[in-house]
Amino acid sequence: MTATHTASRVAVPGETGEVAPSTRAASPVRPLPARPDPTRPLRSRQRLRAQLTAWAFIAPVVVYLVVFYAYPLYRNLDLSFRDYTLRSFIDGTAPFVWFDNYAQVIQSSTFTPALVNTAVFTLVSIVFQFSIGLALAVFFFKRFPLAATLRALFLVPWLLPLLVSASVWAWMLNSESGIVNAGLEAIGLTQVNWLTSPQWAMVSVLLANIWIGIPFNLVILYSGLQNIPGEVYEAASLDGANAWQTFWRITFPLLRPVSAITILLGLVYTLKVFDIIWIMTRGGPGDASATFAIWSYRLGFGGGSPELSPAAAVGNLLIVLAFVFGLIYIRTQRRLERA
Amino acid sequence: MTSTRRIGNTVLGVIFTALMLFPLYWMINVSLTQPTDLRKDPPNLFPVNPTFDGYSRVLGEQLPYLGTSLVVGLGTVAVTLLLSAPAAFALAKLRPRGGTALNFVLLIAQMIPGIIMAMGFYLIFHNWGILDTVPGLILADSTLAVPFGVLIFTAFMAGIPEELMSAAKIDGAGPWRTFQSIVMPISRNSVVTVSLFTFLWAWSDFIFASTLNRGGDLQPITMGIYKYIGNNTQDWNAIMATAVVASIPAAVLLVVAQRYVAAGVTAGAVKD
Repeated sequence: MTATHTASRVAVPGETGEVAPSTRAASPVRPLPARPDPTRPLRSRQRLRAQLTAWAFIAPVVVYLVVFYAYPLYRNLDLSFRDYTLRSFIDGTAPFVWFDNYAQVIQSSTFTPALVNTAVFTLVSIVFQFSIGLALAVFFFKRFPLAATLRALFLVPWLLPLLVSASVWAWMLNSESGIVNAGLEAIGLTQVNWLTSPQWAMVSVLLANIWIGIPFNLVILYSGLQNIPGEVYEAASLDGANAWQTFWRITFPLLRPVSAITILLGLVYTLKVFDIIWIMTRGGPGDASATFAIWSYRLGFGGGSPELSPAAAVGNLLIVLAFVFGLIYIRTQRRLERA
Repeated sequence: MTSTRRIGNTVLGVIFTALMLFPLYWMINVSLTQPTDLRKDPPNLFPVNPTFDGYSRVLGEQLPYLGTSLVVGLGTVAVTLLLSAPAAFALAKLRPRGGTALNFVLLIAQMIPGIIMAMGFYLIFHNWGILDTVPGLILADSTLAVPFGVLIFTAFMAGIPEELMSAAKIDGAGPWRTFQSIVMPISRNSVVTVSLFTFLWAWSDFIFASTLNRGGDLQPITMGIYKYIGNNTQDWNAIMATAVVASIPAAVLLVVAQRYVAAGVTAGAVKD
């Protein structure tokens, strides 16, 4: 379908130029089916030219994708199958070791905590970002003075460099001088070693990440709300639906496609999170807040001697994990749609 | 809605916004706090007896980092626009065969974790000899924005009326001329949107900076802050002052180009 569609569309402007007079002159005389015949070689040459022109515009991006996406990914995969050491940088040799790096990584004591942390960090982040973002989107959708301005202000945290946000949170959660512990003390609660105790380190990075993700969810869900036709709400209010019924029976189901995109993007983004955790806890204490992204960075660039090959193996496991998450998500989505 | 309820909502909205923005307030507050008051328990809620020492230290020590970030940001914007605008024009208006597949590849490309890209780049840049250089960082940072740029430009350019394109053709304009003199001027809004996001991402990048430019002479501001945190864990007012200064582009862009921000977020995400 696309090919014929393309051809007919591309041919139209040309016809108005040189081809048109001959066809137009010919058509009253000849029967209609014969019409395409004489123009055919010309048309296909034109079509080819149009295709070549289009791809000339696209070629730089294709080259770019090959050099700056495909090639690094290939190098990374190759790296994960070799034993790459500091010496490899000098003499360029690195023996091929097949799945040794993967075996080493999977047997490592960091594997289980990293897997659990990645899953917990992703799921908890998304649940809170999405539900808070949705509640705020519904709230700001009401008409009241300053609504637009306040909603715009909500975007500021999202536009800040992650490193900045992470530093601010690290200082706010500081055990001795942080404002959060001062607040807990003021209302009579016990203080918490946010960043340095294994139980709370994960909570700390989650707090910061949820805070960063709220604006994004708010904006997308708000634009989804704008696309729901007003008549639906009018009908609901005529039927006497209360606020909760309106939300649960109308807003939420109609928002489902936008919600799906929001959650999928949240998933992709959260699996990648690096800056926040690295600045706040470096994945510690121990492995308490280490995710796959953190573990990979730590192996490759975090310490004195870079272990690039295991780091690449962890990175590739992260891609597999993203793929599995994506599949689970798509399946659940399909089941929801069928139900 | 009654007017008291509207006012009630405004008050509630202000409270929500204040809670959300509290960390930013705290960043500014700490940046103005006297070093001797930093360890005070409980901390001062307002900058009592404020000091600008943190800021004067930023200007003394961090200016080269800020300059590098500016160059990297602008360079990344240039690379991104040059690559993505022509491609998007072709995808939106010239109907190439395989265009859908390319779109799909671009979507996937956005999903690759930064650490994996960083590792691949590390080896490649080592071979090419552009590790620890500004051009290397510009090339790496552009991977954050090129797929996004193509997708935004395509969405926008697809909306340009077909009659305009045919009119240009009748007047004898070839595809390149049409792109240059008609499509690009009309697409000014999307150029602003793409440039804005590209600049912010390049300015904020930490993972590429900390892997591909860890030893270079010219390092971006994120590395400036990172080193500050490492070396001066006592001087949080100077660290926060740097953080405030590093946030200025985001704040300025939000005020100046507010509508482009919302357009960029939603157009980048909600596409059918």
